[in-house]
Amino acid sequence: MRAHLILKDGTIFRGRAPLGFGGGGEAVFTTAMVGYQEILTDPSFAGQMVCMTFPEQGIYGIHADLNESGRPWATGLLCRRLSFVPDHTRSEGDLAGWLKRHRIPVLSELDTRALTQYLRDQGSQPSLIWTEADGSLEAGVAQAKALPDMTGQALCAEVSCRDRYELNPGGAFRVAVLDGGIKQSILRQLVAAGLHLEVFPWDTPATELAHKRFHGLFLSNGPGDPAALPGMQAEVGACIGQLPIFGICLGHQLLGQAFGGRTFKLKFGHRGANQPVHDLMTGRIEITAQNHGFAVDEASLPAEIEVTHRHLSDGTIEGLRHTKLPIFSLQHHPEASPGPHDAHPAFQRFVELMKKHN
Amino acid sequence: MPKRTDLKSVLVLGSGPIQIGQACEFDYSGTQALKALREEGIRTILLNSNPASIMTDPGRADATYIEPLTLGVLEKVLEAERPDAILPTVGGQTALNLAMEAHESGLLQRTGVTLIGAQPEAIKRGEDRQLFKALMDDLGLETCRGGFAHNMGEARDLLKLTGFPSIIRPSFTLGGSGGGIAYNVEEFETIVARGLDLSPTKQVLIEESILGWKEFELEVVRDLDDNVEVICSIENLDPMGIHTGDSITVAPILTLTDPEYQRMRDAAMAVIRAVGVETGGSNIQFALEPETSRIIVIEMNPRVSRSSALASKATGFPIAWVATKLALGYRLWELPNAITRMTKAAFEPVLDYVVVKIPRFTFEKFPQADKVLGTQMKSVGEVMALGRSFQEALQKAVRSLEEGHKGLSGALEGKLDLGRLKEHLIIPGAQRLFWVYHGLKAGHSVEELHRLTKITPWFLHEIEEIVVLEGRLRSFPVDRLPVDLLEKAKRAGFADDQIAVFCSGTEAEVAARRDALGLHPAYKRVDTCAGEFKAETPYLYGTWETAAGAEVHGASLRLKGSAQEVRYVETSEAPPTDRPKAIVLGSGPNRIGQGVEFDCCCVQAVEAIRASGVEAILINCNPETVSTDFDTSDRLYFEPLTYEHVKAVVDREAGAGAEAYHAEHGPEGGAQEGPRKAAGGHLLGVFAQFGGQTPLKLAGPLHAAGVKLLGTPLSAILDAEDRERFGQVLKRLDIPAPQWGMATSFTEALEVAKRLDYPVMVRPSFVLGGRAMAVVFDDAGLEKYMREAVAVSNDQPVLLDRFLEGAQELDIDVVCDGEQVVIAGLLAHIEEAGIHSGDSYAVIPALGVPEGILEMVKEYARRLALDLGVLGLMNLQFAVKDGIAYCLEANPRASRTVPFVSKATGVDWAGVAARVGLGQSLRQQGVTDGVPRAVSVKGVVFPFAKFPGVDPVLGPEMKSTGEVMGIGETFGEAYAKSLLAAGIPLPLSGTVFLTVNDADKVRLPELAHKLVALGFGLCATEGTARTLESVGLKVRKIFKVNEGRPNAVDLLKNGEVQWVINTPLGRAAFFDESSIRKEALRLKIPCLTNLSAALAACEAVETLRGEMTVRAIQSLG
Ligand SMILES: Nc1ncnc2c1ncn2[C@@H]1O[C@H](COP(=O)(O)OP(=O)(O)O)[C@@H](O)[C@H]1O
Ligand SMILES: Nc1ncnc2c1ncn2[C@@H]1O[C@H](COP(=O)(O)OP(=O)(O)O)[C@@H](O)[C@H]1O
Ligand SMILES: [Mg+2]
Ligand SMILES: [Mg+2]
Repeated sequence: MRAHLILKDGTIFRGRAPLGFGGGGEAVFTTAMVGYQEILTDPSFAGQMVCMTFPEQGIYGIHADLNESGRPWATGLLCRRLSFVPDHTRSEGDLAGWLKRHRIPVLSELDTRALTQYLRDQGSQPSLIWTEADGSLEAGVAQAKALPDMTGQALCAEVSCRDRYELNPGGAFRVAVLDGGIKQSILRQLVAAGLHLEVFPWDTPATELAHKRFHGLFLSNGPGDPAALPGMQAEVGACIGQLPIFGICLGHQLLGQAFGGRTFKLKFGHRGANQPVHDLMTGRIEITAQNHGFAVDEASLPAEIEVTHRHLSDGTIEGLRHTKLPIFSLQHHPEASPGPHDAHPAFQRFVELMKKHN
Repeated sequence: MPKRTDLKSVLVLGSGPIQIGQACEFDYSGTQALKALREEGIRTILLNSNPASIMTDPGRADATYIEPLTLGVLEKVLEAERPDAILPTVGGQTALNLAMEAHESGLLQRTGVTLIGAQPEAIKRGEDRQLFKALMDDLGLETCRGGFAHNMGEARDLLKLTGFPSIIRPSFTLGGSGGGIAYNVEEFETIVARGLDLSPTKQVLIEESILGWKEFELEVVRDLDDNVEVICSIENLDPMGIHTGDSITVAPILTLTDPEYQRMRDAAMAVIRAVGVETGGSNIQFALEPETSRIIVIEMNPRVSRSSALASKATGFPIAWVATKLALGYRLWELPNAITRMTKAAFEPVLDYVVVKIPRFTFEKFPQADKVLGTQMKSVGEVMALGRSFQEALQKAVRSLEEGHKGLSGALEGKLDLGRLKEHLIIPGAQRLFWVYHGLKAGHSVEELHRLTKITPWFLHEIEEIVVLEGRLRSFPVDRLPVDLLEKAKRAGFADDQIAVFCSGTEAEVAARRDALGLHPAYKRVDTCAGEFKAETPYLYGTWETAAGAEVHGASLRLKGSAQEVRYVETSEAPPTDRPKAIVLGSGPNRIGQGVEFDCCCVQAVEAIRASGVEAILINCNPETVSTDFDTSDRLYFEPLTYEHVKAVVDREAGAGAEAYHAEHGPEGGAQEGPRKAAGGHLLGVFAQFGGQTPLKLAGPLHAAGVKLLGTPLSAILDAEDRERFGQVLKRLDIPAPQWGMATSFTEALEVAKRLDYPVMVRPSFVLGGRAMAVVFDDAGLEKYMREAVAVSNDQPVLLDRFLEGAQELDIDVVCDGEQVVIAGLLAHIEEAGIHSGDSYAVIPALGVPEGILEMVKEYARRLALDLGVLGLMNLQFAVKDGIAYCLEANPRASRTVPFVSKATGVDWAGVAARVGLGQSLRQQGVTDGVPRAVSVKGVVFPFAKFPGVDPVLGPEMKSTGEVMGIGETFGEAYAKSLLAAGIPLPLSGTVFLTVNDADKVRLPELAHKLVALGFGLCATEGTARTLESVGLKVRKIFKVNEGRPNAVDLLKNGEVQWVINTPLGRAAFFDESSIRKEALRLKIPCLTNLSAALAACEAVETLRGEMTVRAIQSLG
């Protein structure tokens, strides 16, 4: 079925809706060439329609062990071409069918490069997949213009676990994990690091998170605008100084705010599996997986916070460290999935930190 | 830490002549390396024997040595130049091996020169399969079960371990020469024997077979801080068992999940670190078993490789340039990303398109060759295509091959005997892709084809979709083609002319239909970052994005009955500039008869155009070349060289259909409301004379479409190309030509032959590289030829020429500006006419040819150029007999010899021609006849070693893959060097075996006396011996192969003969001779097949015995 992508600013891209229905969300692009399933199931993409810049999607189908969470959280897939015949000896079905089952709309045959360049120049923005069946383009444009912005949106409640649960009991260290929409691969890495995890919902108070039975606290990734989560921020703040803390992505941003810093929305964010990060402690480059639309504003940080990692392309903060307390955080995703494993050692770094401070 | 400051001068080793397994990709990498070095103010010295390369143009290095790539020469160059370091990693296996020789012989230590890029230990670990295997075990990475054998005994033991089929691969050979797959004991023993013989270390690797596994390659770079990144991942469509160089490959890897890919990436990083390649690029190959995801490491090349060139063009990331900077001590994060300019080289390129590479084979040249593809590389060139889907890229690539395929259904439509489908799918050959297509078309299932070919099903499914589309297209006449279907077809890579066939219309009608429906190609940038950053470099490819559709044009449209303004974003980027500009058409894939030398001409032309303040736009589809480097031209369109693709670029650059660029949102200015002024304009025209026959073929259609040809006009091209018309021109200008005639049937041919009388030279009209040419001596031969040739020439008439026996052949290149003609170079062939100009050694100045003749030939050339109205380059070939110079042919374009002549005379003749095309007269340019600055001999190399069983005899059909240059003060020195560079080290003593035909017996004594004077012993066959004895020479008589034992071949085998001189005796003795020549080839005993060359060789031997000197071409004349 013919369909259009309508951006909030009224810009229109042509395409087709192979699943026959439309939808909406913030249009963002990722340059990762593989890993559509991990991306679509990454809770950090909640509320966003993902434009895959690589034109061939769905080639190897769907695999149970590639899910980053129980379901796809992205609200749409924007792509150039969708394969309906999965090719993999171990795939359990095709991408299109899987998306249909989860009612995730697809806009394919789209000029994803033109869209990417437009978002790059004009910034990510709310948008609609508008099919012929949805009515006149005019009506679509009117609707698109009324869409809410991502700034100010708190989405953790949607994606976080409802109740506390444990993983890998008997692990060397006992770690509280604050789940703002955590990826399975992060949990896998923490477990692989030999940690006993207790995973808590996003709105858990500091008193529980910093309980004395814990050797450390881990702050997960998550969707939406970190500035819209004052509650979480306060609780994280209350934990500072009580135990070693490691934060990734949203966790990193929450720490930044808890330290007294501000976050701001990047024009089109960093999303991909080829993002070069300069590790200022070793002087070396890590090729990292990234997925964030907001970043910590360096100028707003107090003196005792040291920048340990920078994005090589735009110099934005990729890692922070507290000079006095056992706290560090990364904006990129050391667990990768999808992406290179260069930053894996970060999890070991967390373990070492707990060794030193327990 | 920034770059090393201790390096003031660096020697770059080139890869020598183009040969199978080592083509012009190393011209690309060497050229980039030189650029990278000079930018740092480092004095650059280049050693490369290949004159057809761009890198050996005088301006590219401070001191350029066009000399043989041997240890002896290297030593002299080191002594003369005293460089601080040698960069051995951009000249392929040849450079790497030479560097290792220099290391092991102690030359490096003695001269205090170090290697940069890769250290000897690392090179050893990477190249020596034994060390490498051990290393992989330490890393816990899997390699194939198997081991090394140094003799048949060890081999047999290993066979017990591997079983059949078993893979046999000699160590340290190029492109896997001598390797193979053995299915039975007999094959096993033959391949092992051959492998042991070919391996410089007399060592073969014998491995279990993992035929049918998926094969992958990763291009990896590393810097001194141990930062490692993967530049490009490549998936082979053809599974394990077919050499990557002979496989259709795709970038990036398509059919792996992220965990599978990351495991491979982790392994690659472990490998490059363990091998210890300090800096620069490496190529690592893997195999993956689909069922289990088991990964096996196949090999690593610790240097820039063929795949690196492909990876560079596929991603836009200049691997060789970066590798060189890293070798100087830069860190990846210190280097700019040359395409975005704003980001750094420390990142991993991402693509937003699919790249397909298809190898180009030339089996038609070697009928007796084994055409089955295996572990040894056999292709001579390759094409690359970019598209926004695999289907599009695949069909574009197929078209780029210039083998007559309009797309996948291809030229073989209806020509394949589907009864033999299975066999052609199981036993891979050059045409397998088309068998797959027609198999699917015939209704065979993807599953079945997968079972037979082991090609990953997804690729087969995609191809099946193309089959289905073809079916749907066939059900419409052109003027009824529905927009959705036509759009889908174009996006799947169907060409207009192909659709025309399906819908029984013309290409023009299909194009018109497209226009009517608002379907236009879009042009996208290759930017290394999938659009994440603005790119500055116009490296472009064409594709098909969702049609604007009739209803929209330009930035905004008012929705019907509404005040609502909405904006559509258009899809093309990098709109044409409004500078004056000229398009240069490239030469497409390398093949025998059209290789790197034409790319060299294109690049010289492009540089001249840029220097004249005109924007140079290049179109080409060959990823191995310098011309397809994004910074060679002002604008690069990586597109097939077919009418549709070229015309589309012309239209775009001329500004036609400019409305298609409205609301350009690209880097040139962000999204904007309202129509923008039509882009483009000022297109001066198109150059069709630098890329060989490829662009020349397009000249007609382009001219017909009203496109201006720069330089030589179409009429002149036709006058020269069309034999009928050319014959008349020659008559009118009374320039002698061999008597000739045309025939379309055997009976016609008989009559013509009677008129000309035998021997006659026969060939189909309109062919390059002497394709399907032959000399026939009698009616029987003629009949046989007509039967076969008429097939090749698909019913175009066959040409018959009076064959001028024993004539002296001359090659002349001229430039004409309409008023004046300058002679660029006049070459005398060493072999007599009858051996293709591309295959014969030639010398400039034309030594040994009477002044009078030379003047006559120059005069003829001037007359012809002016009369035809040539504007730019023209090449002529003459055969001189009995004081008469007969014109054999005219090529109204840059010829194969132009780069060689440029080096010999120090003038960039293609550049001169380009300036003429832009309206600058020769007088204005101040160019005069080229003056040879020394004696230069062009030598040639043949691929016979790659085709065991092929008779290495030469004839009018071109067979060589590459050329070398020998520069000297005397002819002897130059010729000796050219032979040395071509890998034919003449013996300085020993026994010469002579067997020559009657015609040659006249000159035989002269040769024999020379040989004896040089101290050689003589042995000869009956007839030849009698002649020698008759002039009182001592000679040992030996049997012909079929006369008894010990015969000639026995002597060769026993090492009793060091040199063979055998001029063909004609059909009778054919078997006998070819077995001698084949044996000589196998044993690497020099074998000259004609007397002139042999006489010349005697002079060479004298110089070889003395001291040889080397000179930089910059120091000549
Ligand atoms: N064990 C094997 N089983 C099947 N095919 C193999 C095996 N080893 C190598 N090959 C095939 O042979 C080709 C050449 O082998 P490779 O080690 O890459 O030699 P080269 O140095 O010539 O590239 C590979 O591309 C692969 O397709
Ligand atoms: N009439 C002839 N007599 C002798 N040799 C000839 C004659 N015509 C062509 N040849 C030989 O055949 C070779 C190829 O012929 P040519 O016309 O140059 O074809 P191509 O277009 O392949 O260069 C020439 O280089 C020459 O050696
Ligand atoms: Mg290989
Ligand atoms: Mg010729």
